[in-house]
Amino acid sequence: MPIIETRQLTKQFRQTVAVDALSIAVEPGEVFGLLGPNGAGKSTVIKMLTTLLPPTSGAASVAQFDVTQQMPLVQRSIGYVPQALSVDGTLTGYENLLIVSKLYDIPRSQRLGRIQDILGYVGLEDVSDRLVRTYSGGMIRRLEIAQALLHRPRVLFMDEPTVGLDPVARNSMWNLVKQLCRDYEATIFLTTHFMEEADSLCDRLAIMHLGKVVATGTPNQLKASINKPDASLDDVFIYYTGDYLASAGDYRDTSKTRRTAQRLG
Amino acid sequence: MTPQKPGALLSGSARPTQTHSANPFSSLGNFIYKTLTVTELEVRKLRHDPTQLMTRAVQPSLWLLIFGQVFSRIRAIPTGDLPYLDFMTPGILAQSILFMAIFNGLSVIWERDLGILHKLLVSPTPRAALVVGKAIAAGVRSLSQVILIYILASLLGVGIDWNPFALLGVLIATLLGATLFSTLSLIVACIVKTHERFMGIGQFLTMPLFFASNAIYPIEIMPHWLQVISYVNPLTYLVDVLRSLMLTSETSTYPIATDLGILLAATAFLTMICARLYPKLVT
Repeated sequence: MPIIETRQLTKQFRQTVAVDALSIAVEPGEVFGLLGPNGAGKSTVIKMLTTLLPPTSGAASVAQFDVTQQMPLVQRSIGYVPQALSVDGTLTGYENLLIVSKLYDIPRSQRLGRIQDILGYVGLEDVSDRLVRTYSGGMIRRLEIAQALLHRPRVLFMDEPTVGLDPVARNSMWNLVKQLCRDYEATIFLTTHFMEEADSLCDRLAIMHLGKVVATGTPNQLKASINKPDASLDDVFIYYTGDYLASAGDYRDTSKTRRTAQRLG
Repeated sequence: MTPQKPGALLSGSARPTQTHSANPFSSLGNFIYKTLTVTELEVRKLRHDPTQLMTRAVQPSLWLLIFGQVFSRIRAIPTGDLPYLDFMTPGILAQSILFMAIFNGLSVIWERDLGILHKLLVSPTPRAALVVGKAIAAGVRSLSQVILIYILASLLGVGIDWNPFALLGVLIATLLGATLFSTLSLIVACIVKTHERFMGIGQFLTMPLFFASNAIYPIEIMPHWLQVISYVNPLTYLVDVLRSLMLTSETSTYPIATDLGILLAATAFLTMICARLYPKLVT
C-alpha cells in the first residue's frame, strides 16, 4: 500500500493552476524525487502533503491519513525540512531540538536521550550549546534534518535540501540522506532541480512542468525514454520541460531561493 | 567521525493515534502546554539577546521625563486634583505595552520568510496555541517596561500603590493588554504579509490607537466624535484598569472587572480570528 498517494490533486491560486490534477504513489522505503524547474509546482505539492496548504480539489494521503481530514495524524507521521531555514539562529542547537520535542509531545523522560541520539547521528553533539547563527550552512541543514527526525516520523519531506550549499556541504548532505536510507529504510520525498542529486539519491522520479507531471520512472527508465545515447538526467529534464528561460520561476521564487542561498552560504 | 546509529530514527510501522482530542480536559491541557512551549521559545530567544529590552526603554523614559514634566508645569490638561504626571504614568505604561506588542507581527513575517513558521505549522500544535503563545511572550517582554516605569515614576514622585494585590493586578493587566495588541498585530501580519506593508500599517495603527484613548488626556476634553472612537478603543480600557491599580488616588472611569472583562473578550475574539488566518501566512 502506498505511503504517499495523491489523486487528481489540484491547487489553484486565482487564475494560476500551480498543481494540475497530480496523481502519484510512493511506496514505503522509497526515496522519491520530484523534479522540475523553479515555479513548476514542486513546493506547492510538498506544502499540500505536509498540511500547510489545503488543496483546491482532489485528495491526498500520507501514511494512510487524509491530509485535509486527519491533519494532526498526518503531522505526527511526517518530518519536514523546508526550503527556507527552519531552525532559529537565536537559539542553540539543543534548544531548537528541545522546543521541537515539546511540540511533538515526546515524553519528558525520553527527551534528553532522543536529542543526544539524533545530535550524535548528524554529528553535531560538540556544537549543540552554540547559537545556531554561528553554524555553517551544512551544519544548519544537518540540524534541520535532526529536528525533522526527532519525533520518529514515517515519512521525511525535504524541499530543495541542498539549495544554497557549497559542494562539500552538498556531498555531506547526500551522504547523510543515503545513510538514513541504509540504516532505516526511510521513506523520503524530496524536491530538487539538481539532476545530479536526483540521480544519486532517488529510487524513482517524477518530472513536473507547469503544474503537471510529464514523466515518471526510475532514473534509468527516464534516461532510456528519450531515445538519446548516453543520455543524462539533464537531457531528460530539458527534453521534458523545455529549455526556455521563461519557465524558470518568477520574481518571488528567485528572491526566495537566493535569500536561502545567502543565509546558508 | 563515524556517526553512531540510535535505536530508531524513523518509525517503521508505528501509527500515531489521536490522543489529545478525545477528552476535552486533555485537549485543554494540550493547548496550555503547547501555548507555554511557544512562549518558552520566545523567552529563550530574549534571554540570548536582551538588548531589545534596553532600546525599548528609551521611548517611555522620554515621554515621562520630557513630555510629562513639561505638561505638568503648563497645566494645560485638566486632571482634577490628580497631578498630571500621576495621570499620564499608567497611560505611558499602556503605550509601551501597545508599541512593543504591535510590532510582534513583523517578527512573524520575518519567521515566515525564514521558514521557522513552516516548522511550527506542520507540527501537531493547535493554531490558537501558536497565536496565544507568541502573544503571551509579548506580555513577558512588556514586564520589563513595568519595572522601568515603576522605577521612573517613583523617582518622579508619582503616588504609586505598592499593595501586592495591586501589583499583581498590574502584571495581569499588562499580560492581557500585550496579548490583545500582539494578536491584533498578528492579524495585520496575516493580511498584509510583507514587511513594507506592515511597517506602514503598524504606524497607521499605533498613533490613532494611542491618541484616541485616555492615555495622556481625559476622554471628557475630547470632541464628541473622538470620544466615540475612544469608547471602542481597547487601549482606553487598558489605561483605565492600570490607572485603578497603579495609583493611590482613585481616578478610573470603570470598575476593574469591567475593564478586564472587555480586554479578555476582545482578546478571545481576536484570537479566534487570528487562529483562522495564521496558516494563510505561508500560502
